[in-house]
Amino acid sequence: MKNLTITFLLSLIAVASSAMAEPMVYQLPPETAELKPGPGVETAIVCTACHSADYISTQPSGRGKAFWQAEVQKMIKAYKAPIGEDDAAVIANYLAAAY
Amino acid sequence: MNRRETLKSALATGLAVAASGKLAPATASEMVNLPFGNGERPLVAYPGKRPLIVLTSRPPQLETPFSVFDEGVFTPNDAFFVRYHLADIPLKIDPDAFRLSIQGKVDAPLSLSIDELKGGFEPVELAAVNQCSGNSRGFFEPRVAGGQLANGAMGNARWKGVSLKALLARAGVQAGAVQVSFQGLDRPVLPETPTFIKALDLDHALDGEVMIAYAMNGENLPWLNGFPIRLIVPGCYGTYWVKHLNEIKVLDAPLDSFWMKTAYRIPNNLCACTEPGKAPTSTVPIGRFNVRSFLTNIADGATLKANSNLNLRGIAFDGGYGVSDVAVSADDGKTWTEATLGENLGKYSFREWKANVSLEPGKHRLMVRAANRIGQSQRLEPLWNQPGYMRNVVEVTNVIAA
Repeated sequence: MKNLTITFLLSLIAVASSAMAEPMVYQLPPETAELKPGPGVETAIVCTACHSADYISTQPSGRGKAFWQAEVQKMIKAYKAPIGEDDAAVIANYLAAAY
Repeated sequence: MNRRETLKSALATGLAVAASGKLAPATASEMVNLPFGNGERPLVAYPGKRPLIVLTSRPPQLETPFSVFDEGVFTPNDAFFVRYHLADIPLKIDPDAFRLSIQGKVDAPLSLSIDELKGGFEPVELAAVNQCSGNSRGFFEPRVAGGQLANGAMGNARWKGVSLKALLARAGVQAGAVQVSFQGLDRPVLPETPTFIKALDLDHALDGEVMIAYAMNGENLPWLNGFPIRLIVPGCYGTYWVKHLNEIKVLDAPLDSFWMKTAYRIPNNLCACTEPGKAPTSTVPIGRFNVRSFLTNIADGATLKANSNLNLRGIAFDGGYGVSDVAVSADDGKTWTEATLGENLGKYSFREWKANVSLEPGKHRLMVRAANRIGQSQRLEPLWNQPGYMRNVVEVTNVIAA
């Protein structure tokens, strides 16, 4: 009797799962890019809330402080990154030195 | 999660990664070197994709290795480039529950399932190139900020779907409508970040060519190319080809969105260019492709047989006027040899070309240049603009004949 009940329940589950189409899922590969070490990296880690570190590392190298200040300001003004001016300066200095 | 929690969680994740030291990638990835400074990139196979060049991983941005363009005139789905803007991309979709809504200044708002799109409208098919506005940005000199792509953020596919004109006719566009906006399932990480929404002027939306595609090269759209449906805007840059499209709105005023008003704008002049380093005096939204052509069967740096009949082949395309001429030069543009055009698959498709040259021993710069039916062509010197859009210089392949 117990076996019959289990069989019945299992068949119910089978019917239910075949009737309801499963949502499809997409599995992204693991993210491996990291920020380079350097003074200010603990402040710059906030950047990775919205994007992976390769957004930074693939930019042209050695562009200097004005380039990175403009990028940080773009993130604050256009994309509304919640970064205060003091942190913005720390992050721009870090990026200019590390990248 | 509110913003503070989002940031805290990201901080925790980031710090955990930082504290653990160098994490080994889950799968050993091959590296490629794109031919510009800081061009080293991993090649990674995402689900449904062959190994592609990873520009960024969150959100995913994948570039097609250039050799793919020599495989055929259509770009295989598993090699087609991927570009997202904001990192909250859809990772779970129920195709049966998915609905495309058409709202705004319409008589009858619609909410359509994929089956209703497939069964309720005459299917339309079109071969069309999609190209990122910033394709080839990495070659800009002086360098500019943004996604540092080589020439692989483009692709050609056969799209099948529903005409936007037919869809809007079903809903009934009301008097006073001026634009139509498009939004997909992808969202920003922070609610304050401008959501990715694009718009087309009503005339453009009703041109009969803009379509909503549910198939690409005879298959479902790859997930990362906008499954289950995306907008196809033939001849126009990819920024308008909204992926995972689920909301269309007919508007009675131009869309006031960061993605139209600030981003994806080009200098308001014929060349879409400025003097290097200079800002434009006025800008307009980016629109149609300019003319481009590529040699695909010979890689830069190749050694070729001297004084023999060499077969060159490649692809050309434009913004939809149609490629009319392709020519190649092996003498720095002093003389040009007409190429033979391949089958015409429609004015929005890649057009194959073939040509023959014979080279004397030594170094040579092989050039290819296309022109379209309204006389637009390509320059020998690149143009420049601040955002790094619309590169279309005559491409040069350096070879040695021996």
